[in-house]
Amino acid sequence: MINKVINGPDEAVADIFDGATLMLGGFGLCGIPENTIDALLRKGVKRLTCISNNAGVDDFGIGLMLKTRQVVKMISSYVGENQEFERQLLSGELEVELLPQGTLAERIRAGGAGIPAFFTPAGVGTEVAEGKEIREFNGKKYLLESWLKADFSIVKAWKGDTAGNLIYKGTARNFNPMMATAGKITIAEVEELVPAGELDPNMIHTPGIFVQRIFQGSHYEKRIEQRTTKS
Amino acid sequence: MLDKHQIAKRIARELKDGYYVNLGIGIPTLVANYIPQNINVVLQSENGLLGIGPFPAEGEVDADLINAGKQTITMVDGSSLFSSAESFAMIRGEHVDLTILGAMEVSENGDIANWKIPGKMVKGMGGAMDLVASAKNIIVAMQHVNKEGKSKLLKECTLPITGLHCVKKIVTELAVLDVLPEGGFRLLEVAPGVTVEEVQNATEGKLIVGGEIKTIEV
Repeated sequence: MINKVINGPDEAVADIFDGATLMLGGFGLCGIPENTIDALLRKGVKRLTCISNNAGVDDFGIGLMLKTRQVVKMISSYVGENQEFERQLLSGELEVELLPQGTLAERIRAGGAGIPAFFTPAGVGTEVAEGKEIREFNGKKYLLESWLKADFSIVKAWKGDTAGNLIYKGTARNFNPMMATAGKITIAEVEELVPAGELDPNMIHTPGIFVQRIFQGSHYEKRIEQRTTKS
Repeated sequence: MLDKHQIAKRIARELKDGYYVNLGIGIPTLVANYIPQNINVVLQSENGLLGIGPFPAEGEVDADLINAGKQTITMVDGSSLFSSAESFAMIRGEHVDLTILGAMEVSENGDIANWKIPGKMVKGMGGAMDLVASAKNIIVAMQHVNKEGKSKLLKECTLPITGLHCVKKIVTELAVLDVLPEGGFRLLEVAPGVTVEEVQNATEGKLIVGGEIKTIEV
């Protein structure tokens, strides 16, 4: 079996270049590639375009890369909970493309699946539709959206094996499976890395063909944005 | 006038047995607390879960299990987990029966604005545009008037639109109203102590009053 294992996050990001387009998995702070984000901060790579549902918070996740001005453009669906982001956006320092969440998910899925464009009802009659082709199907209007691809996709999974197969846990799956398919190079960091053969093939969420580099991460903080408990 | 919990409780009465329901952030999330005991509904969270359960006990908090508002949650028996792409396939494919969400403005023809205040607030639309573009039934939980006392039920939305002709029903602190397909807010119920005239004064769009107006049971 092909072995995708690398030494760690610094090796994973070694060839990520200034101006690269990255996809980063996660919804809020849930299921984000913490170790690889730290490595990107250490490397100091610049002028990044980041495709990610959210932009982290001020002091965690992608928010850290915004603070260091490593990001010039974000493609996201929701960027609340981040004051530095909002400041850079309103002042024009950061370019932002906001997309409906389902459109973002599907554009990424399409990128990985070789589908250059598709029609969706989301955003018809809104700013999102400006400059996009509208077509009617069965009397309802839809707009044309194109695929998204990345130079590097960076995903986080719960378990992975040396062949690059991935299993996610809970709602930490979110955007990770589609992003894994849409990167020229896909980097996967996992909480537990096992030899090929140990994961049940029936349970694999992302088949290893989509993953080029895998490593076992460490010191996961898994920060919680809204800690809510039974009163 | 209803408080936010009473608005949620009133909306919960619109739920039917067997419904799959997506609850937005804010008052809609509170609807989960008032689901009638005698019916089964499944709550969808667009970040990839069918079967949202109650908030966890202190010792059961799992950072890998959150709802779309990023709150820690649990799963009920029979839950399933999936990717964001599959989640929005459920939404766009009209497999979700009812969407309940908040709004900044609703127009008399059912347009909704709830994602942006130009120059002031840019948080993004999240899943709202996908939800309102495809939902079979949309109920909006909102305040009837803003902090300056201006109506949020308008002839036309003034803020950037989230979706067109999609809102079916509105529950506010003052009233329950249907948005008619031909346009106009049809008054169905008023909150205890609230008069039809007060609702009229708080509604900039066309208010249609006719037949029996009930008082909302709280």
